[in-house]
Amino acid sequence: MILDGKCPTGPIEKSWDKHRFDLKLVNPSNKRKYNIIMVGTGLAGAAAAASLGELGYKVQAFCYQDSPRRAHSIAAQGGINAAKNYPSDGDSIMRLMYDTVKGGDFRAREADVWRLSQVSNNIIDQCVAQGVPFARDYAGYLDNRSFGGAQVSRTFYSRGLTGQQLLLGAYSALSRQIKAGTVEMYNRREMLDLVVVDGVARGITVRNLVTGEMESYAADAVCLATGGYVNVFYLSTNAKGCSVTANWAAAKKGAFFANPCYTQIHPTCIPQAGEYQSKLTLMSESLRNDGRIWVPKKKEDVGKLPTQIPDADRDYYLERKYPSFGNLAPRDISSRSAKEACDAGLGVGPGGRGVYLDFEDSIKRLSEDTIRERYGNLFEMYEKITDENGYKRPMRIYPAPHYAMGGLWVDYNLMSNVPGLFVLGEANFSVHGANRLGASALMQGLSDGYFVIPYTIGGYLVTVKPGEVKVDNAEFKKSVDDVKATTNKLLNINGKKTVTEFHRELGKITWNDVGMARSKESLTDAIKKIPELRDEFWQNVKVTGTGADLNQQLENAGRVADFLEFGELMARDALHREESCGGHFRVEHQLPDGEAMRNDADFSYVGAWEFKGNDKEPELHKEPLKFETIHLAVRSYK
Amino acid sequence: MSDHKTMTLTLIVWRQKSATDPGKFETYTAKNITSHHSFLEMLDCVNEDLINDDKEPIVFDHDCREGICGMCSQVINGKPHGGQERTTVCQLHMRKFKDGDTIYIEPWRARAFPIVKDLIVDRAALDTIIQAGGYTSCHTGGVPDGNAVMIPKPIAEEATDAAECIGCGACVAGCPNGAAMLFTGAKVSQLALLPQGRPEAAARVLKMTAAASDCGFGNCTNHYECGAVCPKGVDVKFIARMNREFLKAQFA
Amino acid sequence: MQFTSSSIGRKILMAITGQAMVLFAVVHLLGNSSIFGWLTGGINAYAEHLHSLPLPIIIGFRLALLALVCVHIWFGIQLTLENRDARTQEYAVKSTQKTTFASENMIWTGSLIALFLVYHLLHFTFQIVSPETAALSNLVPLHNEMVPNVLGMVVTGFKNVFVSLIYVGAMVALFLHLSHGIQSFFQTMGWSNDRSQPLIIRLGTLVALGLFLGYVTIPLTIFAGILKG
Repeated sequence: MILDGKCPTGPIEKSWDKHRFDLKLVNPSNKRKYNIIMVGTGLAGAAAAASLGELGYKVQAFCYQDSPRRAHSIAAQGGINAAKNYPSDGDSIMRLMYDTVKGGDFRAREADVWRLSQVSNNIIDQCVAQGVPFARDYAGYLDNRSFGGAQVSRTFYSRGLTGQQLLLGAYSALSRQIKAGTVEMYNRREMLDLVVVDGVARGITVRNLVTGEMESYAADAVCLATGGYVNVFYLSTNAKGCSVTANWAAAKKGAFFANPCYTQIHPTCIPQAGEYQSKLTLMSESLRNDGRIWVPKKKEDVGKLPTQIPDADRDYYLERKYPSFGNLAPRDISSRSAKEACDAGLGVGPGGRGVYLDFEDSIKRLSEDTIRERYGNLFEMYEKITDENGYKRPMRIYPAPHYAMGGLWVDYNLMSNVPGLFVLGEANFSVHGANRLGASALMQGLSDGYFVIPYTIGGYLVTVKPGEVKVDNAEFKKSVDDVKATTNKLLNINGKKTVTEFHRELGKITWNDVGMARSKESLTDAIKKIPELRDEFWQNVKVTGTGADLNQQLENAGRVADFLEFGELMARDALHREESCGGHFRVEHQLPDGEAMRNDADFSYVGAWEFKGNDKEPELHKEPLKFETIHLAVRSYK
Repeated sequence: MSDHKTMTLTLIVWRQKSATDPGKFETYTAKNITSHHSFLEMLDCVNEDLINDDKEPIVFDHDCREGICGMCSQVINGKPHGGQERTTVCQLHMRKFKDGDTIYIEPWRARAFPIVKDLIVDRAALDTIIQAGGYTSCHTGGVPDGNAVMIPKPIAEEATDAAECIGCGACVAGCPNGAAMLFTGAKVSQLALLPQGRPEAAARVLKMTAAASDCGFGNCTNHYECGAVCPKGVDVKFIARMNREFLKAQFA
Repeated sequence: MQFTSSSIGRKILMAITGQAMVLFAVVHLLGNSSIFGWLTGGINAYAEHLHSLPLPIIIGFRLALLALVCVHIWFGIQLTLENRDARTQEYAVKSTQKTTFASENMIWTGSLIALFLVYHLLHFTFQIVSPETAALSNLVPLHNEMVPNVLGMVVTGFKNVFVSLIYVGAMVALFLHLSHGIQSFFQTMGWSNDRSQPLIIRLGTLVALGLFLGYVTIPLTIFAGILKG
């Protein structure tokens, strides 16, 4: 099937305004008759629930944490982009769009990116009005910093806490609507199934994580703002509870999963220290503004103290390879270069999996106090985890899975191919293409939540009669029965291996075979091994306790079970995409200098997969990508 | 980085099946723990052993494991988050303990935080306080340009100091009175400092402090324990500011 | 919510009434120190001066003091009970970092002070405790007038080791109470921040210490025989 993104036509500068005008409106007095389900309360979910509630819709919001304020958007450190051009350094909506399309290696939809760039400015205004304390300069104006993949200063920030501050802004708006009664909040609920009636999304089945009860909720539209799936690698910078479960449930009910192979490996994370490690910690990319990345030139130096290696024996490889962007090269490029250095035996630290991020020169140039003022909290965090002082010796960093550019397929209105199912934020695939630039995730989440879905959902709702399907519909009962059956199955296997052991094993497969560098061989290996591991899981997993109360093992088992299915799809997508682009690097497809080699003739499309059952191969649907405003070019950061 | 010594520790952990169960301490042994294990990774190891012994693992709240989501909540040897400066439980590392140590692990204890299971408590009351007024009543869209109102850098910085609160509830857990004044004061102060929050400042402080009392939190008697245990270093000066806002609100 | 039923409102009332009583304690100490002779006629002259004030002023002042004490005690008990209720279970390991003995035991040091006040009033104001030395019934000459012998009453009182101990003990309670109470006042009124607070805490303790030393000097010097009747 050829998918249609339903993007507006005509000049791109007018596309979103024209589309907004063309959308049908829901009469204000009718809005309260419509029920909307919002799953997830991160930037996209909280912003959307608050905005929709304020418009007058009846919203039911769900999160698996104990409070909507804890969604993992909170962990974003660096900043949020906007085309405000406050520093007058040549920024514009068009340039932000250009950088984003180019940064995504020409695998995103132009119209979506234009819209994102256009509303980026509204986001900053909105957040300031909410009382988000952005960094200010001494005159009292908003301050900007630079981020990877851009040559203008357009990143707004609040210390190293930008995600937290933006999320708390959205959470406060959400809280206001909860108080006003327009949003009902359901904490500690995990969505386990999407209920589709006659081809239309009509509700969800959730597990109450405290009582273990399966609950049904019906609505006129279901929105998923359920984040990304990089915990498929086991170790990632995501929160422990982040999963693909809600998205995978939707995929199994017919929603297409687009570009699952586009995963972002973030270059500046703290390396793994041991087997027992449960997660990787990211340090903001902003560190690359002042830190220089290097490895020893000689293998015999890797065991030495970094301070004993003279400058002449150090390879500042990003500066060498990408002189114009240097240490601020985009994430995919920086990560891959680190991997190459380590693969060449030049890595430092435990297992040779690390490169140095050195502040010595900046400290000499600017003083330790200036560096402390800029990045103090990051140095503090680094020392807490590694027990090393980043001011005295270079930090060790290594790439880690961080973000999923892929996600459920959506059209320009953020609606999936299942009518009534909308997907927001990281959970959808739309704007980042094959690689996301720094400070763009926060922008997308809030754009979708505050400024896109409140308009586009109305265009759908006018076409449906409110409250048509209720929870007494047989599909809800069936969904609950199915979910209960799966849960009981998990509890009754009583095998020998714990859920974490399986997750760790899956992580090893996905990281080695579907990680930063992929080959036909590695991907074929993954496609063979993952189903084997999945079979073993369903024979041999051990889940203690019962389903009738709070049971974290059971929660995790369900999530890992879904990753074991999804991981295979990710590998299949990577195998089918015979090109390298952004975060998807196929070793067979590289330029002589080792750069990614795109194949625009054959792969300039969105690959959206239809789930056909675990024993059948998924079906690929394509949405061709057209580049009318920004012309296809080889991405170069040299 | 190079020490390969491992530690063995005795854990005395609060186990409680449900909100109504009386609960009791159980003793466990944590084996093969290195100094690079985080505290939660140490508990993960203990849980893996428990599962392999067919016992129910210890449940505890955690999510981001990088000190920002505010989910983790354990009182370790009587100290919320373990008592290291500006450190959440998830950032606490085992290098702060010695081989052979005995560690008491308890949930947050406060009437407003009923225990759900083991080390997990219900902190919905903190959401209730925010819902009472911890926001500016701006609409989505229709707001002025972000630079329309200048905010002096020191004011923006102080507001950010207050806004660093992660809502973990350690202040309540540490407070001998089970009060949530640091949590409430931080939000009241953040919004009172910024021009965008001023129009509602008086109503906000009255509503939020009333909500805190209604939720069953205690009263502040200036022990300052909250500020000492806060993993984000939120200063008790924000309680003073809230008190000042409260007084001002009497004349508003 | 009414000011007098709100958490911070009651806290402010505690602070203001407490601080008013601290002011009284300071003035009271200054007056009492006349026993060391800086005022011609000593403490007897001072007492006579107070008694010669118009009756409505004396009664008004005493009623105002009584009101302060009542408000302070009433809300003190109420808040303490609420706070106990808000923290139903203690931790197995008690390990506080900032909480002090003084801040934790305000209700007990306060109760001791209240008990002492009753005793003190019965002893020196209503003079029921030891009627044989009551100043009102033992007049002495001063400036050609017969006035109550306060000095004699105080000196004979403090010659008794038990009486002296009661007074010194009460002053220890007062010191603890005020070492927390004075600085607490500034925090409660919102007049402190991160820079001023350490200073305020030190000054508060210093004032409390000053009051303690000032007050205990009288019984101690009398008991030691340095100050004679």
